[in-house]
Amino acid sequence: MLDSKIPAGKLEEKWVDYKGHCKLVNPANKRKMEVIVVGTGLAGASAAASLGELGYKVKAFCFQDSPRRAHSIAAQGGINAAKNYQNDGDSVFRLFYDTIKGGDYRAREANVHRLAEVSTNIIDQCVAQGVPFAREYGGLLSNRSFGGTQVQRTFYAAGQTGQQLLIGAYQALERQVALGNVTMYARHEMLDVVKIDGKAKGIIARNLITGELERHFGYAVLLCTGGYGNVFYLSTNAMGSNVTAAWKAHKQGAYFANPCFTQIHPTCIPVSGDHQSKLTLMSESLRNDGRIWVPKKQNDTRKANEIPEDERDYYLERRYPAFGNLVPRDVASRAAKERCDAGYGVGTSKQAVYLDYAAAIERYGKTEVSKQGLSNVSQEQIIALGKEVVKEKYGNLFDMYAKITGENPYEVPMRIYPAVHYTMGGLWVDYELQTSVPGLYALGEANFSDHGANRLGASALMQGLADGYFVVPYTLGNNLADEIYNTPIPTSHPAFEAAEKAVADRIHTLKNINGKQSVESFHKRLGKIIWNECGMSRSEAGLKQAIADVQALKKEFWSDVKIPGEINEYNPELDKANRVADFIELGELMCVDALNRNESCGGHFREEYQTPDGEALRDDENFMYVAAWEAKGEHEWQLHKEELKYDVIKPSQRNYK
Amino acid sequence: MTFKQMFISSVGKKLIMGFTGIFLVLFLIVHAGLNACIWAMDGGVMFNRAGHFMGSNVVPRILEVGLFFFIFLHIIQGYLLTLHNRSKRSVGYAVNYSKGSKWYSRSMAILGTILLLFFILHWKHFWIPSRITGVEEVTLPNGLMVHNLYAVMQETFQSLWVVIFYVIACISLGYHLAHGFQSAFKTIGVHNKRYHALISTLGYGFAIIIPLAFAMMPISFYLHWVN
Amino acid sequence: MSHNTMNLKLKVWRQKNANTTGAFKTYEVNDISDEMSFLEMLDVLNEKLIVTGDEPIAFDHDCREGICGMCSLYIDGKPHGPWQANTTCQLHMRAFKDGDTITIEPWRSNAFPIVKDLTVDRGAFDRIIQAGGYVSVNTGNAVDGNSLPIEKAKADESFAAAMCIGCGACVAACKNSSAMLFLSAKVSHLALLPQGEPERKSRVLNMVAQMDKEGFGSCTNTGACEAACPKEISIANIARLNKEYLRAGLTAE
Repeated sequence: MLDSKIPAGKLEEKWVDYKGHCKLVNPANKRKMEVIVVGTGLAGASAAASLGELGYKVKAFCFQDSPRRAHSIAAQGGINAAKNYQNDGDSVFRLFYDTIKGGDYRAREANVHRLAEVSTNIIDQCVAQGVPFAREYGGLLSNRSFGGTQVQRTFYAAGQTGQQLLIGAYQALERQVALGNVTMYARHEMLDVVKIDGKAKGIIARNLITGELERHFGYAVLLCTGGYGNVFYLSTNAMGSNVTAAWKAHKQGAYFANPCFTQIHPTCIPVSGDHQSKLTLMSESLRNDGRIWVPKKQNDTRKANEIPEDERDYYLERRYPAFGNLVPRDVASRAAKERCDAGYGVGTSKQAVYLDYAAAIERYGKTEVSKQGLSNVSQEQIIALGKEVVKEKYGNLFDMYAKITGENPYEVPMRIYPAVHYTMGGLWVDYELQTSVPGLYALGEANFSDHGANRLGASALMQGLADGYFVVPYTLGNNLADEIYNTPIPTSHPAFEAAEKAVADRIHTLKNINGKQSVESFHKRLGKIIWNECGMSRSEAGLKQAIADVQALKKEFWSDVKIPGEINEYNPELDKANRVADFIELGELMCVDALNRNESCGGHFREEYQTPDGEALRDDENFMYVAAWEAKGEHEWQLHKEELKYDVIKPSQRNYK
Repeated sequence: MTFKQMFISSVGKKLIMGFTGIFLVLFLIVHAGLNACIWAMDGGVMFNRAGHFMGSNVVPRILEVGLFFFIFLHIIQGYLLTLHNRSKRSVGYAVNYSKGSKWYSRSMAILGTILLLFFILHWKHFWIPSRITGVEEVTLPNGLMVHNLYAVMQETFQSLWVVIFYVIACISLGYHLAHGFQSAFKTIGVHNKRYHALISTLGYGFAIIIPLAFAMMPISFYLHWVN
Repeated sequence: MSHNTMNLKLKVWRQKNANTTGAFKTYEVNDISDEMSFLEMLDVLNEKLIVTGDEPIAFDHDCREGICGMCSLYIDGKPHGPWQANTTCQLHMRAFKDGDTITIEPWRSNAFPIVKDLTVDRGAFDRIIQAGGYVSVNTGNAVDGNSLPIEKAKADESFAAAMCIGCGACVAACKNSSAMLFLSAKVSHLALLPQGEPERKSRVLNMVAQMDKEGFGSCTNTGACEAACPKEISIANIARLNKEYLRAGLTAE
């Protein structure tokens, strides 16, 4: 059984107690201690900056050309915090409760409560950094509701909250760079963790410009490398987002927890063809006013506007009369897939459903008519007035849709389809965010800890910053206090030498395969396998087939991949090959995990485990645990279970009928 | 931070361009105003009197020193800035970006060079004779002996080539001002939308009216609208 | 949903690394769907090049949704291509027609040395931020977020400046390779907020000094940067920067 090191005591006192009793490193010693941070998104940049401020000598790594590019930047909606500025009944407990429930009771109570506690500090910190959050006319911070919660606790900066928060953290990081506390290594990719006496003591990184391998020592290694959504090839992740750092850690002994918990977002712009390289998310808020439908006839080739009202199937309203178009993300996504699979999909690919604003436009138009006291208005005038209102509320999203698809969403219904956009699974960490390898930590989306089987909207930014600004500065010190007696290890140590050689060998092997197929083509094939069998719905037979397919793909990859260019130069194809090789292995583990979890919960839907009317069926008796996988060898993993104990919250079944 | 440090930075250099530019704009108003006296239709009496005042009173003479200083500062700094900016892109584009800005905004150095050539000629025509080599004198109705600059103008603008060159210079001045006027204010930090709108309108108006007034002077003499 | 395909000629700048000289090379791409993004069109070309044993074209890109600022490309004489308020990754092939020849160049500025082909090094921007583009507040020092009300108009204006994605299109567009739009966006973002007030003077002076050190040119207010900016950062920010600079310079000790 895994020890998650959760402090004893009452839930709401655990973190306070921990902070009061954890060991500290004195400032003079901090100056001597090097710490490695990999990744510079919200978690990485905030951790690197905060640790630099404390006096540690930090080395930060990112594969992009600047730390400001990390994909946290793309988050649109906002960041939750239990400030209760709106006086609408929010509290730390309520945020904690919503997060546990939203995660379908597969997250750890102590971690989530701590997250809710520090959420308020995050907002204060960001404001102090100069993050321009949206404000009311009185000059105070504005909030909106998000993701169906009953309180307004989401802070936002238009549709660019992630960008503004990341820039805040990036600026704090650059300040530490200027002060000499942090050394920044941009265009560097971590390719292995170096372990000495069972502890993580450094990394091997590749300079992506020169191709050189570098050895870096650190008393601790923090992985803040994001999620692995790109295993699906098509996702809303950035092109470069990858699992490599986390996977290398996994191969070095860090357990990988709940890899099958992935989140599929229901409102994305659908795939337009085989050339598609990534998917773009459209804010969930569109479901507040849009109606989702497909034709009642299979393979209907008529244009949307030519299909009469009584031949349209508003399937969410039909199946979930109580919540209608506002059911949670996982439910909405699965329902869209069900319709498309049954042959009712629309568009050229038939893998899309309509999100229709015609009714909303008319409704808003009529409201405007009565508001302005107009009489004798024609239908056209009503529509024109309605379009104005819709434009005001959703204009930027409609523009984005028009830019990508070339269609005018004010005239024709938008086509949407679910897409992968977040992974709840990740490296297993204890309460201190330390993985099963001592000295190796995982923060933000890279760990598994806070979102259970499904993440609520506006919670990813919160978790990344909580881990980096307010959790790891304490927990790292608690562990490094014992390390001060150990002198730094020179990178000429045999362990570094061996690790570097292993990395170099692998790169040479990859490069020398000299096959016929491009890296991209393998990635696409992997994505198709995982999307079809380990995507929105999974089955035992499908997963078994997928495991076999992925294993075969791995073999083919290692015998037929073609990488152009040289090793010792800027070679994006080689970088990609390194990443795809790891995605293939992860893909297999995802299927193994999904196959093991004989229940449906959150983003994980097993076809065998559903209610008679097609809803997810959880099995708390047998699966209320975190599945942490230990790498044992090729295609081999050992399962370690961390029992989830709910002392405060009583799990219940979700119902949206 | 010393003043020197402040004015040799990239922004500081531009501040010098902006401040000297605004001074030159003011000078143009004075110059155009005085020269407009030629249209008094009094055979140049008012014009020559104004010219005498500018040449003999101590205040304009001191300002003249400043004027020369600022003109040369503007010219030298302008050329240095252009060279400095050109050196920042060693390999140019195959296709130039021309849609985002006005051609005259990108051509301030060329327009300025035309103006410099014009100044040389202009000084030769008027300033050097008036200040150094001497100009024939005339007696005003009040008995004051003054330089007959009016006559010099009459004589100079009998040559078609001179008139054409002066008109070209005025067109260059117009475009130079069309960019320079509002750019100078941006450079010294006017950013409010309201003032900016005001200044651009003023700038375009100024860029048309002042050069037009100047261009009309040689034309008026050449076509004998004044005598 | 009807879509067309097109055949195109691409004139692409190829350069092995910073130490070699580059040259244009012409490629043909066929059957390009107008639904593709510009970068997907380059992906198609690269796949072809890899399979035929050629070296693929190196270009920077990451989020492909117009926010990370990593993509660049100077397309047919305009940074980020023909569309307004747009990044290269969001440019779609509908912008072109069958038979077009498209010229693709890297950002050109001595301050952005070429890494390979169309990829440039924009590290200068990070160093400009290091010179003062932040509020000096350590984690844990903050007071309550609502303790300091900020006029909504100012907060909005600050946000409009903070939207800069640091892509460098302003430098690429400017005939002087000036980074003033980038710099002024950061100075404005922080100067408009009370949190930025204590370091207002040192920030602008230090950042300008760093910009000069990096080898960018001076701004001559041509407005090309604003026209090319994918986030429509206003050139008024440059005027504000000038004001901040003048104020800081004149009142310095």
